[in-house]
Amino acid sequence: MDEIAMENIEAPPAAAIAEPADAPEFRVKMKTRNVNVHYAEKHALRDVSLDIGEREVTALIGPSGCGKSTFLRCLNRMNDTIDICRVTGQLELDGQDIYDAGVDVVQLRASIGMVFQKPNPFPKSIFDNVAYGPRVHGLFSDKSDLEEVVVQSLRKAGLYDEVKDRLGDPGTSLSGGQQQRLCIARAIAVGPEVILMDEPCSSLDPIATARIEELIDELRQNFTIVIVTHSMQQAARVSQKTAFFHLGDLIEQGETPQIFTNPRHEKTQGYITGRFG
Amino acid sequence: MSYGAILAVLLALTVIGFYLGRGRARALAAGSRTRLHSLPGYYGAHVAIWIALPALILFVFWISFQSAIVEGIVWNGLPDKVTVQGETGQKEALAPERKRLLIDNIANYATGDIVSGEITPLVKQGAARFLRLQALSSWIMAAAMAILAALGLLAAYRSVSPAMRARNRVERAILILLMVASTVAILTTVGIVLSLLFEAMAFFTKISPVDFLFGLEWSPQTAIREDQVGASGAFGAIPVFAGTMLITVIAMIVAVPVGLFAAIYLSEYASRRLRATVKPVLEVLAGIPTVVYGFFAALTVAPMIRDAGAVVGLTVASESALAAGLIMGIMIIPFVSSLSDDIINAVPQSLRDGSYGLGATRSETIRQVVLPAALPGIVGAVLLAVSRAIGETMIVVMAAGLSAKLTVNPFDAVTTVTVQIVTNLTGDPEFDSPKTLSAFALGLVLFLVTLCLNVIALRVVQKYREKYD
Ligand SMILES: Nc1ncnc2c1ncn2[C@@H]1O[C@H](COP(=O)(O)OP(=O)(O)OP(=O)(O)O)[C@@H](O)[C@H]1O
Ligand SMILES: [Mg+2]
Repeated sequence: MDEIAMENIEAPPAAAIAEPADAPEFRVKMKTRNVNVHYAEKHALRDVSLDIGEREVTALIGPSGCGKSTFLRCLNRMNDTIDICRVTGQLELDGQDIYDAGVDVVQLRASIGMVFQKPNPFPKSIFDNVAYGPRVHGLFSDKSDLEEVVVQSLRKAGLYDEVKDRLGDPGTSLSGGQQQRLCIARAIAVGPEVILMDEPCSSLDPIATARIEELIDELRQNFTIVIVTHSMQQAARVSQKTAFFHLGDLIEQGETPQIFTNPRHEKTQGYITGRFG
Repeated sequence: MSYGAILAVLLALTVIGFYLGRGRARALAAGSRTRLHSLPGYYGAHVAIWIALPALILFVFWISFQSAIVEGIVWNGLPDKVTVQGETGQKEALAPERKRLLIDNIANYATGDIVSGEITPLVKQGAARFLRLQALSSWIMAAAMAILAALGLLAAYRSVSPAMRARNRVERAILILLMVASTVAILTTVGIVLSLLFEAMAFFTKISPVDFLFGLEWSPQTAIREDQVGASGAFGAIPVFAGTMLITVIAMIVAVPVGLFAAIYLSEYASRRLRATVKPVLEVLAGIPTVVYGFFAALTVAPMIRDAGAVVGLTVASESALAAGLIMGIMIIPFVSSLSDDIINAVPQSLRDGSYGLGATRSETIRQVVLPAALPGIVGAVLLAVSRAIGETMIVVMAAGLSAKLTVNPFDAVTTVTVQIVTNLTGDPEFDSPKTLSAFALGLVLFLVTLCLNVIALRVVQKYREKYD
């Protein structure tokens, strides 16, 4: 166990040196060690140890059912909402154990936002969708402040120009791609540090997908992003780090270019070249 | 020959026909090269249908007209003049009503029912004739059914051939059967509504609809003698409807919050195991006969409320609207909770996940996402519950009282539409008095109100369902 930890801690500085000189210094935002997840009897994740760098995009890839979503949901304790799910191991955000008994889960989820596979705007107006988080957490002082938060979030999600005249329309009246950006704006409005995205583009067409990918690249300036994707090209385009899962095991992790051009593990090689999965 | 025996024989024939048909189909399939169009079982079913169906249809028609025909023959056989026993012993002509009564007596005596009046030799004689005719009629019917069944068997059996599309024919027979069943259901409903309508019309020829719908006084006792006092016969239905409204409102005040909160707890908070046990238990409440609720309300709750009222210096009638409303509310709780539970469960999990993912707590998620999304459906459920409460009879008959008072005081005794229907229809045998007929007018209005509520409620629920497909 110690060995794995050492290996993981040593790897990132090496990576940082490989980056251009002006790149920001690598800092671990979330650290996981020996994470195991059981759904009742089923062992869904085995000894996963992964570091997630601050202000980077980490892509999780792997065949269907390998546990990518499960791992992602561990990171903001969404698995707590599933009765039969049991998580063990060490998961830290900025060095704080997030599964500690004293942790306020609700607060934790405010700092680790989540965007889901299918756009799921609430049956409310566009404005109220974005204002939902700030309202729940009391993140504003008065009405104009709230408006400011909403507008800023919509701007950052690249949606403001398209909806600025119809903030009162229901969120469900938007197109799929717009809905997904609305969901991103909704997550941003709470002011998270990390944003988790579970196949955010899987229900979108190529143009909407391209917009979201651009957006992810911009968001990287301010947020730490973990994205699950089934598209190799997408992982290669948007991420700096990639982790490959297979049947509940974390097979390989590393710099995205390295994973895609020179994978160390033959299963990774097989998956990215489309031989299985 | 008893009907049971006839039907048993027909059933046996049908089964035999099935095996015959299937056997012939198999034999054909084995003998020739050509493939059967359908599985052999379908040929058997085809033969069976041809045996059973025509005979059954004959059976149904026969027994629905038999008694009328037999009675008609007995009627014609009766002498025009009868020696009236006891009085003068003279022959006298029978008035039509008396003749009718006589026929009924004969039929009742023949079937062993209670006979009103004396059993005269005439009745005995008529009954013997009645029984003879009936026996004859069932023998004729049995013979006719046997002939039909045999013809059906013959025709269907001979038609068995590899090219015959037995499967499609069976399909069509099943379709017809299902259509007949639903037609029967619809026709019965239409019949009930029509009879309600006609009786209500008869009432409205005596009392004007305006007086009925807008009158403020209800006292359906009409004078039997001219000089009777206190029996004015006022048919203003407003106090009666007000009573129904009052009790319904009380019931809803109990049932909606409790039922809704129970549903929220069960669908959002309870663990799967708890839910699996609690939900059926809650539904047991729905299985308690309303008459049981009724005496609980009348014997336990009403006195309790009266005593509690006495302690704080309130005068509470011993049959208070409050007692009836409370118990009715309790009766409706499982109805509201089970409908709301279904509706809350239909709210997609992804919406809850979205809310949790933003750091909202469970109750915040329920209040701000789940309930607003489920609201139309819940409104529909509540409307259905209201229509249920309005039509509820047993509890109010036992616990709400009879005095039609225009009041909003829950401690008063009130009466409801259903109670008035029950009391006005029972006891008084005089069928064309406004008092009796008023029951139909009340029933008609009640029917229209609940119909509207149900239609609105179902539309609301349906619209909501479509939204999340
Ligand atoms: N709520 C649950 N209850 C029981 N088992 C579950 C549950 N969620 C996931 N699993 C199981 O855990 C394993 C990992 O599932 P997970 O959803 O993490 O896969 P995934 O990598 O996200 O797959 P996909 O790419 O298809 O989304 C699967 O075998 C799945 O059957
Ligand atoms: Mg997944």
